[in-house]
Amino acid sequence: MVPLYRLFRALAFTLGLEWNDCVEDTNHDPLSVPAPSPATIDTKVAKKKPSETVSLADNSLLGLISPSPTPASYRHETSSKNAVHVDISDALSEKEKVKFTVHTKTTLPEFQKSEFVVVRQHEEFVWLHDRYEENEEYAGYIIPPAPPRPDFDASREKLQRLGEGEGALTREEFLKMKEELEDEYLATFKKTVAMHEVFLQRLAGHPVFRNDSHLRVFLEYEQDLCAKPRGKMDLIGGLMRSMTTTTDEIYLGATVRDVNDFFEQETSFLQEYYSHLKDAVAKVDRMTSKHKDVADAHIKLSSCITQLATREQPPTERFLTRAAETFDKCRKIEGRMASDQDLKLADTLRYYMRDAHAAKAVLVRRLRCLAAYEAANRNLEKARAKNKDVHAAEQQQADACARFEQLSARAREELLDFRTRRVAAFRKSLIDLAELEIKHAREQQELFRKSLQVLKECA
Amino acid sequence: MSEESDTPPFSTVNINNDNREEEDLFASAVQEVSLDPEVNGTEDEMEKATIRNAPPAITTTLSSPILEEIATERANNILITITEPQKIGEGMSSYVAYRVITSTNMPIFSKHEFAVLRRFSDFLGLHEKLTEKYLRSGRIIPPAPEKSIVGTTKLKMTSTPSTESANGNNSSGSVQSQFVERRRAALERFLNRVAQHPVLCIDPDFREFLESDTELPKATSTSALSGAGVLRLFNKVGETVNKITYRMDESDPWFEERSSRVEGLDTCLRRLAGACEALAHERRELAARTHDAARACAALSGADPHAPLSRALSHAADLHEKVEQLRMEQSNTDFFVLTEHIKDYLGLIGAIKDVFHERVKVFQNWQHAQMQLTKRRENKAKAELANRPEKIEQASNEIIEWEAKVERGQQEFDTISRVIKKELERWEEVRLTELRATILRYLEEHMKHQAQSIRYWDAFLPEARAIK
Repeated sequence: MVPLYRLFRALAFTLGLEWNDCVEDTNHDPLSVPAPSPATIDTKVAKKKPSETVSLADNSLLGLISPSPTPASYRHETSSKNAVHVDISDALSEKEKVKFTVHTKTTLPEFQKSEFVVVRQHEEFVWLHDRYEENEEYAGYIIPPAPPRPDFDASREKLQRLGEGEGALTREEFLKMKEELEDEYLATFKKTVAMHEVFLQRLAGHPVFRNDSHLRVFLEYEQDLCAKPRGKMDLIGGLMRSMTTTTDEIYLGATVRDVNDFFEQETSFLQEYYSHLKDAVAKVDRMTSKHKDVADAHIKLSSCITQLATREQPPTERFLTRAAETFDKCRKIEGRMASDQDLKLADTLRYYMRDAHAAKAVLVRRLRCLAAYEAANRNLEKARAKNKDVHAAEQQQADACARFEQLSARAREELLDFRTRRVAAFRKSLIDLAELEIKHAREQQELFRKSLQVLKECA
Repeated sequence: MSEESDTPPFSTVNINNDNREEEDLFASAVQEVSLDPEVNGTEDEMEKATIRNAPPAITTTLSSPILEEIATERANNILITITEPQKIGEGMSSYVAYRVITSTNMPIFSKHEFAVLRRFSDFLGLHEKLTEKYLRSGRIIPPAPEKSIVGTTKLKMTSTPSTESANGNNSSGSVQSQFVERRRAALERFLNRVAQHPVLCIDPDFREFLESDTELPKATSTSALSGAGVLRLFNKVGETVNKITYRMDESDPWFEERSSRVEGLDTCLRRLAGACEALAHERRELAARTHDAARACAALSGADPHAPLSRALSHAADLHEKVEQLRMEQSNTDFFVLTEHIKDYLGLIGAIKDVFHERVKVFQNWQHAQMQLTKRRENKAKAELANRPEKIEQASNEIIEWEAKVERGQQEFDTISRVIKKELERWEEVRLTELRATILRYLEEHMKHQAQSIRYWDAFLPEARAIK
């Protein structure tokens, strides 16, 4: 567990906390070298690191992408079809940023080599996403949502609180809390990596997107792409952009008369659906985080009972120690329950929330295109009235019409696809969730049953 | 106990129903007894009848985990249940009356089964009387539930009769009924603890409390705001100062050991009570958040155009609502089975500390008498030296007087020490069985909850599979 510990150590460092007291062996720790500056610490977590306590299936998120229901068959399909296979083989947490090692295997002739590795940061993923969004050719497609920014704030905040509350806890409780937190951090980290991987895989698996030149650059170019971490100006730019999108949505929705019932319905559906999803995500998140707290509350209970046990006569001591053990095991199950809920329910909802957002973006783009088409119509009428440049205007109008028709057809297909693939993913997640919940409840029931037996025996 | 915020939402437990059930069971017990005159005659038979009928009655009450065990195993075959908390009167002068039902086959009671109506201050009055009588002799008096001004005032201010609100599902009512139910359970435990005590049980005041049909004289001194209350506060402050300043040099290693153990237990249990409460609290919040999630899920299912998925989501919403109930029950288990027990435990430790302190006071008296005696002896010696016969005579009278006092003091001290030892031994035994029973019961309850959870999710699984 050294790399994980180092990772955590770096996190602690950025917070200025002392973790020395809970580390037994610091000899092989690079931090014990005199005067290391926190900035130079880098930590490494192999993505496929086996960890028993975190029941995080790395590829669980892959189940979210469609059309393939399972990642295995998905991979099979892509590799057989002469295509691009992408995975993130490694990730590196460095103070504020996370560096992903993107590994590509391909048989496509456009690439120079058949296998290559580059290091990318989150911002570069966002850059890639934006290139797709800008490209008019893809206007009719639902562009896979960009992965969310690596967010360790929750873990960090918990760590901070743990650091502050250190005095109130016994050493054991502290260690247990720390362990929980490490697991949580690792889980978040893995999830982040998986999200980025899913993004790339969706692009690479897409028959159109995978031929994009930007994707090739992203996968091949060994230097940094010019997507620097966003400065303040960029941030404002991004804000402006999202604002224009929103205003566009409202403005166009109000001004442009849509003739097509299908899209009108789709618009209202997606708007409503998106808001409900968003609400559900927030609520489920709150629920799972509270469930985590419930699990954590068992730590204190268990340690208090252990303390009580030390004051008692041997038979009672044995009894209480056993009881404390039960509570400790109970904590682990509850914790796993919480993380599975997060993984199966909250993440599915979250992913489709972002996908629904992407689908909404398609509709906005279509409306924009429709507006352009209507403008071209007006121009043509004007030109006819003035009898000037009629030919050019006709040409423009025809182009706009064709573009609009094409986009509409494509969007229609994509939106219908969104509906079906959503169902498959939800089905899988709900089944998984139910199965896991049953498994955990059984486990817990069994735990209680066994300890009752044991406790009844130890008179 | 006094904070309102501590009380768990109790909406899942329908008190009235519980009570009715309980009552019915008891009624059947009574009937059985009265229908068969022969059974009434033989006490053994009676005992069986009570025992056979009593345990199921108890298991229906969520809040009396320990009684079961006490009632069936102890020598004092007496079982007290409190039911039907009902609000009497309106406004600030209103109060809640509890029906105290006793069933016993102890010969000191004139009947086997009787019920009286008592209000909270009557319980406090009983506790006070018992304390006055027995604390000095070193008895551990089970503590009565604390007075909660906030809780009672809120209860008084609500215009709806509490019985109705306990029944209904309205949220304001459930807070009230929680408070009443919690108090009811606490009072029940208090009475049963007293009843199980070999000495306190046969006390005439206790018997009067259980048996007498007439209203008890109002115990004014128990009111927190009365003059007596203030006086008591002063006394308490004085005693605390005394406790801090006066250190008795302990001659008995047994007491030394016990005293430090009790102190240790006290701090330990306080932490444990905090942990339990935190768990119950977290779980309660989880229930609330599960409710939110269920609502969001229901809304989502409404917006979903895909019929099977929409159906599954609405099932998921239902499921989460059931899970919410379950979490609430879990929280109630955390609270009523574990936390309340630990708190009782703490209260008893408080009572033990009181007893220890009482012993110190007795010791102080004795030492004081000893000192006075020495002084008188010195006086006598001085008088003899000065050769003043009248003073000598006075001094020797005083010496006799103080010698008697010293002897009495010593006797008293010996008695209290002996009684305390016996009491503690008894408590030690009771406490361990209670602790064991509590933890076992807690685990059992949670096992049931998990079984319930399995059933819920099992029922959901085909719904999820049915999508498509």
